[in-house]
Parts: sequence; structure tokens; C-alpha cells
Amino acid sequence: MDLSSINPTLLLASLIVASTPILLAALGELVVERAGVLNLGVEGMMITGAICGFAIAVNTGSPFVGFIAAAMGGALLALLFGVLTQFALANQVASGLALTLFGLGLSALLGQGYQGIKPPPTNSLDIPFLSDLPILGPILFSHDLMVYLALALVAAVWFVLNRTRAGLILRAVGENHGAAHALGYKVIRIRIMAILFGGACAGLGGAYLSLVRVPQWTEGMTAGSGWIALALVVFASWKAGRILLGAWLFGGISVLQLNLQAAGVAIPVEYLSMSPYLITILVLVIMSADKSRAPGSLGRTFHASD
Amino acid sequence: MSLTRFLASAVVALGLAGTALAEDKTKVGFIYVGPVGDGGWTYEHDQGRLAVEEHFGDKVETVFQESVPEGADAERAITQMALQGADLIFTTSFGYMDATINVASKFPDVKFEHATGFKTADNVSVYSARFYEGRAIQGHIAGKMTKSNVIGYIASFPIPEVIRGINAAYIHAKAVNPDVEFKIIWVYTWFDPPKEADAATALIDQGADVILQHTDSTAPQAAAEKAGVISFGQASDMAEYAPLPRVSSIIDNWAPYYIARTQAVMDGTWESTETWDGIAPGMVEIGEISDAVPADVKTEALEMKRLIAAGEYHPFTGPLNKQDGTAWLADGEVADDGTLLGMDFYVEGITAEIPK
Amino acid sequence: MFRIEKRPQPSRLWTYLTPLVAVVITMIVGGALFAALGKNPVEAIRTIFWDPLFGEFSFYYRPQLLVKAAPLILIAIGLSLGFRAGIWNIGAEGQYIIGALTGAGVGLAFYPLEAAYIFPLMVLAGALGGWAWGMIPAVLKTRFGTNEILVSLMLVYVAEQLLAKMALGLLRNPDGRGFPGSRNLQQYSSAHNAEIIAGTGVHWGVVAALIAVIFAYILFTRHVLGFHIRLTGQSPKAARFAGVNPARLALICLGLSGALAGLAGMFEVSGPAGQINIDFNVGYGFTAIIVAFLGRLHPVGILLAGLLLALTFIGGENAESNLGLPAAAIQMFQGMLLFFLLAVDVLTHYRLRWKSAEVA
Repeated sequence: MDLSSINPTLLLASLIVASTPILLAALGELVVERAGVLNLGVEGMMITGAICGFAIAVNTGSPFVGFIAAAMGGALLALLFGVLTQFALANQVASGLALTLFGLGLSALLGQGYQGIKPPPTNSLDIPFLSDLPILGPILFSHDLMVYLALALVAAVWFVLNRTRAGLILRAVGENHGAAHALGYKVIRIRIMAILFGGACAGLGGAYLSLVRVPQWTEGMTAGSGWIALALVVFASWKAGRILLGAWLFGGISVLQLNLQAAGVAIPVEYLSMSPYLITILVLVIMSADKSRAPGSLGRTFHASD
Repeated sequence: MSLTRFLASAVVALGLAGTALAEDKTKVGFIYVGPVGDGGWTYEHDQGRLAVEEHFGDKVETVFQESVPEGADAERAITQMALQGADLIFTTSFGYMDATINVASKFPDVKFEHATGFKTADNVSVYSARFYEGRAIQGHIAGKMTKSNVIGYIASFPIPEVIRGINAAYIHAKAVNPDVEFKIIWVYTWFDPPKEADAATALIDQGADVILQHTDSTAPQAAAEKAGVISFGQASDMAEYAPLPRVSSIIDNWAPYYIARTQAVMDGTWESTETWDGIAPGMVEIGEISDAVPADVKTEALEMKRLIAAGEYHPFTGPLNKQDGTAWLADGEVADDGTLLGMDFYVEGITAEIPK
Repeated sequence: MFRIEKRPQPSRLWTYLTPLVAVVITMIVGGALFAALGKNPVEAIRTIFWDPLFGEFSFYYRPQLLVKAAPLILIAIGLSLGFRAGIWNIGAEGQYIIGALTGAGVGLAFYPLEAAYIFPLMVLAGALGGWAWGMIPAVLKTRFGTNEILVSLMLVYVAEQLLAKMALGLLRNPDGRGFPGSRNLQQYSSAHNAEIIAGTGVHWGVVAALIAVIFAYILFTRHVLGFHIRLTGQSPKAARFAGVNPARLALICLGLSGALAGLAGMFEVSGPAGQINIDFNVGYGFTAIIVAFLGRLHPVGILLAGLLLALTFIGGENAESNLGLPAAAIQMFQGMLLFFLLAVDVLTHYRLRWKSAEVA
């Protein structure tokens, strides 16, 4: 065992990279759930974003265009979910699961021919002075643009949800869609918009995997990240700030366990791997006593005649 | 009573179906554990299938099913191929072992080939490759190339196959570089690109400047490329990462075996066999050693390859001790296949522990 | 434009018609997809829907249909109890895994003893294991008011890790040359969930699934518990006035659905699958949620929905190996079928009205 071989600076830097995909996807899902919709299709939207972003980036040579395409791909798939649950009033749990199945198939089909290709590199920002700072430089100021975008998005989501009228309306719709409707808000329109935002974020998260973190395209490459993002939303008790914390915790535990292994610490990998979920359950239990709880209308179908 | 008769006739029908459909063309089936586009294990088996098609042309028809889960679904997939008139079926993952044996007992006229398993029957052969021969050569190059003397190893599951690879690589790295240290991460998956990438990053962060992998995706290659360290292709050549970071690779080349076994079925000479082939017959190939490797190291590596192929050198040759210091092989003694197949210990010098 | 109006009563006609409509739409759109991939759409659709039932080798596929559908139906029946009462257990996959672990664990503990009581004990252990795993969200819900959707989902991941741990550790086959995975229960006759009548595919899990369907049917139509469940689902307030104890109901529903999922896992591991392995679970617990909704939470509907999904699985595999369709296309096709089934369902509860112009 040689713990000194773990470099905390590098550990934190790779933690930030590892947590970015789930951070993006979870932020999107947070907004969706705050609007009272439970979309379990995050995994499907992520992987669709991963291939859309990858294919477009390879064809255009621009990762930036790739990320835009990924957001659009994710949003398009989310629209399917939106139409099903908001217009056809289908059950959200079942529709979300079907979306995952569909997305996995669709992405594999789209991805044929993209295996074994290298995407154009997404460059890290080299911020003069800041990137050269000791310790803080590598941890905070030497990442690619998407990392900062994700962090900015956390702040933006927090601000919009808590400090703007639009956020208030969105939360009202999520808490009690009947009352929101009675007040004259377009419940379905607002929810569709939230669902589209959620899809776009999940798509971005997927593309971050295929364009930056891995970077390559392989079938099924999200390997459960979408489900972790769902857990993250709950862990964060539907609060944007805590999403960031949760993403670092989830990403951190997986990075840490790999680092501990490399350092020769004989750890029971399975127990460490299940710990984020157990912690989430614990947080849920503690939170149940707290005021912060799931949005009141979460997962319930809305129809104006109800 | 009538039911048993019905079943009896069904079984006859099974047998008939197996032969009736296969009049002129030989039908060869393949069951894959991953998608054909995984770029590693399944990809190479599918290359073998394509080689069979290429070699025999109109005389064969090949069918395959990808991403077949191990268990009940595998048994159905194999049965389905046998029903559709396959004459020869390759089941290409260890987890298909019992399913293959079960189906084979119902289709005595169909020949089965199970990869990496150990159960045989009159119509079931097993085959595997001595990947450790390739690992030895990798270890040699890695030991010569490392500057930090830290070699990172991404391992999948603690099974003999993987442990054997670690030992083979370590012994030969150590032989040329006594200061070398192995850092090993078990990722508990054969294929999870993000996790493999993270594992590679963790190893690199801790000073490894050579990455060996026993998982199937090319994600560690990309991580190595980004960090400027070297790596080796696994299962497939992964040539798109040459000349750096990928300096060489172990390639599973199933094509010669698949062609030979198909030929045997055509000739009616197929027999149940246990094959464990290495570099000599070409089942294990060493991918092009790139120019990033100094010429003398390359020459040594190729010489070792030649000696192994000629049967003059065995990668597990004594004197070797087990990790706990007990003697394993005396000077000049060569490990027997039984020990190698069940290998559950590290050799002396590796500081890590095998997870229990 | 169209407007959606709620029907005063769910339409009986559409209840029966919508699944057919959905299947037909899927065939058309899916056929177009297959044609786009360069395959004969008619042949592909026939391979998926017709051949397993009536094709040359249907004598093999019909029993397989039962094998594939049984765990789906067994789990979905359990889920439907809770879903009807508004109690959302989406962690059946975890309960399925734990049931398989406890069931197989008990069986393997007796190895190599042969005795008639081993299998019944395994059944009991499987049900208990699933029940216990299902009781975690139930107790947390009734004690602390914790959301059961999320707890049950989290517990799936925990169960998956336990499965890996067991397959590599405690339950690993000592004669397996170090590979992960337990002994094969198919080769241990006291613990083997064999076909009751050879060649029919009917193992004890299939029998259990049928019993569960009948049991659920009687429960919902005849028993006071079924009445309470329905009442709670429709109006929790009214249910409370009627003397329903919501906590007790949650414990019963989550416990029962956990036990049934555990049973399904136990029957699967001791029969068709044979052994505990890292990839033992193939998503039955999640697919069963879809089955429950496709069956409209009605026992008979669930029976049919389970069989339909099993058909697309088996037919889809055939299309893969016979026609060379990529597995991805089949996955997409199944996703489409679910979408359409869910989408047309709206016609049962709502009707479309054509409105010529909005009155200002």
C-alpha cells in the first residue's frame, strides 16, 4: 500500500472530468422533475446524444457543432417522450423505460460505421496565469469549455428556478398542476419545454462521454450513467447546488476507488461501488423529515378535465 | 402416452431439420457475447467469421447473433441456430459453456465449438488461445520502455486467464528491469469505456507511463494518448492508435482455426478436440511493433516471439516463486498446463493482492 | 384541430382494440425501418410475429414463449397490486436478483445432498429474499415517508453489486476453474427447477405465474384487500374514510410484489438460467413494469402483455440470426411497439374530438 502515490491535485482534476456527464444529465432531469414529470429515459437520451454529437463532430470536424447536434438529438428523443406523456397521456414510468430501450437501439443503429474512429479533439482551455497556478490551476483552470459550461449551467438553473418568475411558474406546475392550470398557466406547454431542456442536457452529457471523456464511440458506452443521473437528482433533493455536490461525490467515489486500487489498497470494490446508492437512500430518509421533498405532482398525468 | 410419442417425433424432426436444410452449403453459426462493433473480443471473432466466408465462398453460409446474454437466452439462441440447420456452431464466451453442452446433447449431428471453456462432449470441442505468450512479449517491451518504472495494468475479473496474463507480463518486465513495479486495477467488467478510461487515468496519475489492458475497449488507448504514455492493443490490433500510444498489440486471430474446423466438417473429419494454441499456429498474433520502440528492443521482442513460436522458450520457465515466496518452478522447469489453467496466485515480486 | 376529451367511462371497445391497433402501426413503421435497412419487411415481420407461433419450429418456440413470459408475468402481477394503489415499486429488478441469490444460496448450501425438501426450501428462501428487499422501501416509506420509487430504484444497484460479489465470492463454483459464477443448479437435481412435463417449457415458475394471475384476479374482484387497493388508487381520502390503513397497504403491496419478484428470480436461476452469474439479471424487473402497464394493470391483460413481449424477444432473436438484422434494429422495434401501445392507450380513456374552430 502506498497512499502517497495518489496525487490529490490530479485526483480532483479527474474527478471533475468524470462527474461532468452525470452532472449535465442530472441538471436536465432536475428541471424536468421540478416541472412534475418523471422521465426515466435519461440513459436513452444520453446515448443518443453521444452518437449524434460524435457523428456530427467527426463529419464537420468541429466538436462544438457536435455538442449542438447532441443537444438537439437528445431534445428530439425527449420530444417523443413529451408527446407520449403530455398529449397521449401515457404513463411516465413506462414511457421513460421504453424511451431508454428505443434510444439504445437507435444509437447503435446510427453508430454503425463510427466505431474505431477518433473524434476531433476538444481542446482544454489554457487560461493565461490561472492555468499555471499551483494546485488550483490543474484542478480548476485546465479543463475544456464543457466543464465550465456545466458549472455555469448549475448556477443558471439555480438562478432561474429560485429567482425568476419563469422558475416560480415551473415549480408551481410541478407542485400542483391543477392549481397552476386554474391560475391560467399552460401546464403542458411548460412541461414540454422542461422535457426538451432535460433531453438537451442529457444529450450534452452523452456527447461529453463520446467526445471528451472516453473519447470514442462504442455501442452501449453510457453503461448506466443515465441511471446514476436519476439517482443524483434524488440525492440532491431537487436542488441545483446539491446536484454539483452529488455529481462530485458519485464521480469521486468511482475515481477514488480506482486510485485506491492502483495504490495497492485491497478494498472490497463491490461495497465501495454500492456506497453512493446507500448514501442516497440515507439522504432520502433524512430528507423525508426535512421540508425539501419531491415535487407534489411528480409522475402524475395531467389533463385539463381532471 | 400420446404426448411422449409427440415428443419423440418432435425430436426426430429436430434431427431431420438439422440435416435436411443443409444439403449443399455448410452452415456455420456464431454466438457473440458483445456487439460486433466492440472493437475487441467480439469484433475479432466476427473477423474470423468473415474469413470463413471469404475462404469458402459459396460453399458456406454463416449466421450470427450478437449481444447474447449468458444463461437461458444463450441456450435458446444456440438451439435456434441448430434448428435452422447449422452444421457447426461457435459459442464465443466462457459463460456459454453449460448452454452449449445442453444444446449439443439434443443435436448429436451438429458440431459445437466452445471458446475458453473446459467441458467437452462427442460433438463439442473447446478452443482457446495462449494469450500469455503475447503478454510475455508485451512485458518485455514494457519493462524496457518504462522510465518511471511503474506499469499500469487494467484487469477485468480475477480469473486464471487474467492472472496468468499479469504474471507473464510481470515476469518479463522484471527480467529486463529489476526496478519495475506493477499497479493493477480491477474494473470488474470486460467492456465499459468510461470506466476503462478512468482506470487508465488513475494509473497514469499515479505515475504509470506504460498501460497494459485486459479489457476490450479502446478507451484506455485514448487516455494514454492524451497523457502521452504508451499502451498496447488488446484482442484487436487497435492500429488506429499506432504508432503512439499503441506500440504493439496482442491480436486474437481466430480465422485459421475457424477455417480449419469448417473444413473438417465439410470433409467429415471433425472430431471433438481441446485446442489451446498460441503464437506458433497463429492464433495469437503480435501486432506491428511501432517505430516508437527502439530498434534493439524490437529485435529482442521479435526474437522472443520466434523462440516461443519454435517451442524453444516457455514464458513460465523456472526458477519462479509464488508471491508468498514459496517455490513454484525449479530452475529450467516449465509450468504445466493444468497449473496455468487454474492459476490463482501472483508470482514473487508483485506487491498487489488478488481480490477475494 | 383535435381536442382530447375525457370519457365518462373507459371505452370497452377501445380497451380491446388499442393493442391491435398498436401492433399494426408498429408493423407498418417497423416494416419501413427494416426496408430501410435493406431487408424484406414482410419476411421480417413474419419472422418476428408469425414464425415463433406457427412456423416450422414452433414446437420449440411455443414452450420458450412460456419460459420467457413467466418471470415477466409473475413480476408484473406483483407490481400491479402496488401500482393500482398508487404505490410505485420500480425496483423489481433488485428484488428479482436477491430472490435468486437467496434461493440459489439455500440450494447450494445443501450441495451435494439430494433430498425432496430442498427445492421447496429454495422457493421459500427466494420469496423471503425478494420480500425482504421489497420491505426496505416499504418500511422507509411508512416510517419516514421516504419516496419508494427512488429507494426501490437505488436498491437495484445495490443488489447488482451484491450479485457480482456473490458470483465472484461466496457462491463461486469451487470446481469452476476460478471463473465467476456458481455451480449450475440444472446439474443438481434436488435444486433443479426442471420442466414438469418435458418439452412443454412448463416449469414451476410458469405454474406460479398462472397461479399469480388467478390469485390477482380473485383478489381484485372478490376480496376486500383488492377493493381497498382500488379505492386507495382512485381516492386516498375516500379510502381512509373507509377504514383503509395506508401504511399497512403499502407494506402489503411492496412486500407481495417483492416476494413475487424474488420468486421469479429463484425460478429463473434454478431453471432456465441455471447459475448465479455477474450478468444473471437481464432486465426482467424493468421490462415487467412495461408489461404491467401494457396489461393495464389487469391480471388477464398482464398475461397477454407478457406473452406479447416474450414473442417480440424470441421472434426478434430469430430475425437477427436468420435475416441478419442488427440487434439494435430489434431493440428499436421493441421500443416502437411500446411507444405505440402507450400512445394509443389514450383512446381508451379519452376521445378525440374534431373542433372546426375555436370559439373566441
